[in-house]
Amino acid sequence: MTFFLQQLVSGLAAGGAYASLALALVLIYSAMGLVNFAQGEFAMFATFIAWTLMVNLGVPYPLAFVLALGFAMLGAAAIERLIVRPFERGPQLGVVIVTLALLSITNGMAGFIWGYVPRAFPTPFPQNPVVIAGVYISIQDLGVIGVSLLVLGLIYILFNRTKLGLAMRTAALYPDSARLLGVSVGGMLAVGWGLASGVGAVSGILLAPSLFLEPNMMQQVIIYAFAAAVLGGIESPIGAVVGGLLLGVLLAMVGAYVQPLADLRLAVALLLIVVVLVVRPSGLLGQVHVRRV
Amino acid sequence: MAVARARTLPSNGMLGFLAVLAIVAIAAPFLLPSYQTLNLSYALIFAIAILGLNILTGYSGQITLGHGAFLAIGAYASAIAQQKMGINYLLTIPIAGVVCGLLGFAFGFPALRLEGIYLALATFALAVAAPTVLKKPAAITGGVAGIILPPVTSPTEFLTDDQFFYIVCLGIAALCFLLAWNILRGRTGRAFRAIRDGDLAAVAFGVNLASYKTLAFAISAFLAGIAGALYGIATGFVSADAYPFQLSILLLVGAVIGGLGTLEGAVIGGFFSQFLPQLSQQALSSINKQVANAAPSVTQGILLLVVMVVARQGVAGLIRSNVHRLRYPVQSGDDTPAAPEASAQTGPL
Amino acid sequence: MALLELDAVTADYGPIKALHGVSLKVEPGEIVALLGANGAGKTTTLRAISGTCNRGGRITFEGRSLRGVAAHDTARRGIGHVPEGRGTLVQLTVWDNLRMGAYTRTDKEKVSTDYDLIFGYFPILKERRDQHAGTLSGGEQQMLAIARALMARPRLLLLDEPSLGLAPLVVQSIFEIITSINADEGVAVLLVEQNASLALKIAHRAYLLETGTVAASGDARTMAADESIRRSYLGY
Repeated sequence: MTFFLQQLVSGLAAGGAYASLALALVLIYSAMGLVNFAQGEFAMFATFIAWTLMVNLGVPYPLAFVLALGFAMLGAAAIERLIVRPFERGPQLGVVIVTLALLSITNGMAGFIWGYVPRAFPTPFPQNPVVIAGVYISIQDLGVIGVSLLVLGLIYILFNRTKLGLAMRTAALYPDSARLLGVSVGGMLAVGWGLASGVGAVSGILLAPSLFLEPNMMQQVIIYAFAAAVLGGIESPIGAVVGGLLLGVLLAMVGAYVQPLADLRLAVALLLIVVVLVVRPSGLLGQVHVRRV
Repeated sequence: MAVARARTLPSNGMLGFLAVLAIVAIAAPFLLPSYQTLNLSYALIFAIAILGLNILTGYSGQITLGHGAFLAIGAYASAIAQQKMGINYLLTIPIAGVVCGLLGFAFGFPALRLEGIYLALATFALAVAAPTVLKKPAAITGGVAGIILPPVTSPTEFLTDDQFFYIVCLGIAALCFLLAWNILRGRTGRAFRAIRDGDLAAVAFGVNLASYKTLAFAISAFLAGIAGALYGIATGFVSADAYPFQLSILLLVGAVIGGLGTLEGAVIGGFFSQFLPQLSQQALSSINKQVANAAPSVTQGILLLVVMVVARQGVAGLIRSNVHRLRYPVQSGDDTPAAPEASAQTGPL
Repeated sequence: MALLELDAVTADYGPIKALHGVSLKVEPGEIVALLGANGAGKTTTLRAISGTCNRGGRITFEGRSLRGVAAHDTARRGIGHVPEGRGTLVQLTVWDNLRMGAYTRTDKEKVSTDYDLIFGYFPILKERRDQHAGTLSGGEQQMLAIARALMARPRLLLLDEPSLGLAPLVVQSIFEIITSINADEGVAVLLVEQNASLALKIAHRAYLLETGTVAASGDARTMAADESIRRSYLGY
C-alpha cells in the first residue's frame, strides 16, 4: 500500500508536468486546428534560459522562472507572427512541415549555444522526503504537483473569468464575429502561442531536475503530452489536465507493477494515442461539436 | 483518354535525358574516390526511402512522420533473415520489403480513421517509440547491442566492394522507380491524387478510398523496407539507435526540398538527405565541435522554411518550371501548347 | 459633415466584382435604408464599410479615411456591424455575448450602466442572461446581435437583414426598437433590408442598388411613392 501511494504521488507529479505540455498543445489546437510539433523544443529552450539565468548569472530561482516564462511567451508569439502566420490557412501538411522546421531549428540552436552534455538543473524544493501516515513522499513531487495545479488553475481563471480569455475563446471559435467586435484575431493567435509556450515552459522547468537538461530532453515528454492531450480530448483544456494526470499515474503504475513493460512506456503512449484516436477521437472529455467558421 | 495516356509516356527528349542520366550514374563510381562511392550508395538508399514517403505523403496526401520506423523494421528483417536463417543478403532485401509492406498494410487500417493532423501525430509517436520497442526482444534483435552483419564483398575482381554495392543499389533503385512510375501513371496514381486533392471528389468518382489508402501505406512501407535493408547492409550493423525519429524528419526534409509529389524530387531529396547533414557539419567544424554537431538540425530546419516560403514544389518544381519556360518561351498567345503538367499541376502543398 | 461617406466604392470576391462604384452618405442620427434585389450588392456594401471584403474607392467615417483600416480597427472607430446571419457566439452565454460587445471599451462604470440600458430595450435578454446563445430563438438572437453591437457604443450601426427568417410580429417589434434606439441614443443606422416597404417606413432616406451601383436614391417617403420603385421592389 505504501509503495502504491508513493508511486501514485510520483505519477501525479510527472502527470502534472505532462498536463502542462499537453495543455500547451491543446491551447494551440483549439485556437487554430494545428499541432505544434515544436512545443516540446520551445519548453526545452526556455528551460535552458532559466538555467543560464540561475547558474551563469546568479538570478534567484523564482525570478529566473518568471523571466524564462516571459522569454518563452514573447519568443513564441513572435514566431507565430513572423513564421507560422502565412501557413495557417494553407494545407495542413504545410503547417506540419513548418512546425517540424521549428523543432529542428530550436533543437539545433540549443545545441549551438549549450551543447549536448546533460546538465543538472536546480530545484527549489528540499530533497528529503516527508513522512505522511507512514508513507515517504518526496517534497519535490509534491512541489511539482502544486506548481502544475497552480499554473493550470491560473489558465482556467484566465479563460473563464477575464475579458482577455473571453476574447481569445471568441477569436478561436468565431473569428469573423470577433473581428466585427473589435478583436484582432491575429493578435489573439499570437497571444495564444505565447500563452501555450509559457505553459509548456513550466513543464520543462519542472521536469528538468529529474530528466537532466539537454537539447533532446523533451523528445519523449512531447509524446506523453500528445498522448495526454488525445486521451483527454485534443480540444479540451480540462481534458488535457485530466489526461496528463491519468497518463502520469498509468505510466508510474506500469513501471512499478508490469516489469516487462517498464522500458516500453513510449510504446504504451503510442498505443494509447492510436487506440483513442481510432475508438473515440474526441477523447474522454472532448465534446463533438460543429465548428462554425 | 488515349491522349491523356500518351501524355504520361516519356517524350523522346525525356528518354534521351534518362539515358544520359543512366550513363552518368553507372560511370560515377569509377570516376569518384572510393569513400564517395559509399556516399552515393547512401543517397540512392535515401532516394528509395523518400520515394516511398512521397507515394504516401506527396501523392496520396497522407502525412507520415514515421517513415524511419519502417526503415528500421526493414533493416531488422534483413539482418535477422541473414543472421538467424542464413539467407543470402541479396535475397533478404525483397523479404524486408514484403515484411514492411505487410506491416504497412496493417498499419494502414487504423490510419484510415486518422485524418490529416491526427495521422501526423500518430506516426510521429510511432517514430519516437519504434527504437525502444525494437530493442526490447533482445534475443531476436540483439537489444541495445544490435546485430552485426558481414561486410559486402564483390563477386568479381573488376569491381571493388563499394563499387559492387553501389551497382546493387543503383539497380534496385532503378527497379523501384520504374515500379513507382508504372503505378503512379495509371489508375492507381490517379486514385492517389484524387484522395490527396479532396476525399469527396474521389468518392464521387468511384474510388474505393479505404483500399487505395491502405495500398498507399503498403507500397510506401514496402519501399521503406527495401531502403532499410540496404541501409543496414551498407552500415554492416543494425541497431535501433541508428533509426531515431530524426531520421523520419530527415526523410521528410529530403522529400520536401526535392519536391513532394514528383519522382525526380525523390532522387534529388535522396542526395539532400545524405549530403546536407555531412556538408553542414563539415562547413562549421572549423568553429568548434559543438557548433558542428548542431549544424545539421539548424540547416535542415532553415532550408525547410526557405523551401516553404520561396518554392513549395521544391527543387523538382523549380526545374520543371524552368524547363517549361525554355520549351515554351512565349506564354501569352492562345496557340501556345498546353503546359505539360508543369504549371497547372496541383500539388500537395 | 456626413458621418459616413462612400465615394465610388468597389469590392470583389476574388475574380468576381460585386460593387462597381457605389457612392452614398449617412448623416449623423439618420436611418438610411439600402434596398435592392438579391445580388445587387447590399451585403457587400456593408462588408466594404466594415473592412471584411476586398474593397477599393474612398470611404470616410467621421472625416477620416478607412483605407487600409482592418476590420477590428474599424469596429474600434465606432462602426457596429450586425452581419447577415447575426454572428451569434452560440457556445457562449448571452451575458458573454454582451461582454464581447463591450470588448473595445475601457470606461468600466459607463459599461455597467449600459448593460441596464440594453436590458431596458431587450428585457428578454435579461431573462436569458445565463443561457447559451445557441438556445435562443431566431428573434432573440437578432435582438442579441443588435444589443451586442450597441454595447460598443457605435456612432453608426450597420444592420444586415434583421428581418430574415423571423415571424412578422417579431420583425415589427425589432423595427420598433431600432427606431427608438435611433431616436433616443442618436445612433445612425445603415439598414440593408429585403422587405423594402418595412425599411422605408422607418428610414429617413434610402438608396436603391442595382448590380453593384446606386440606381436611385432619395427621401424615404418619395422613394416609397415612386411608381417604378414600388412596382419593382415593393410589390404593390
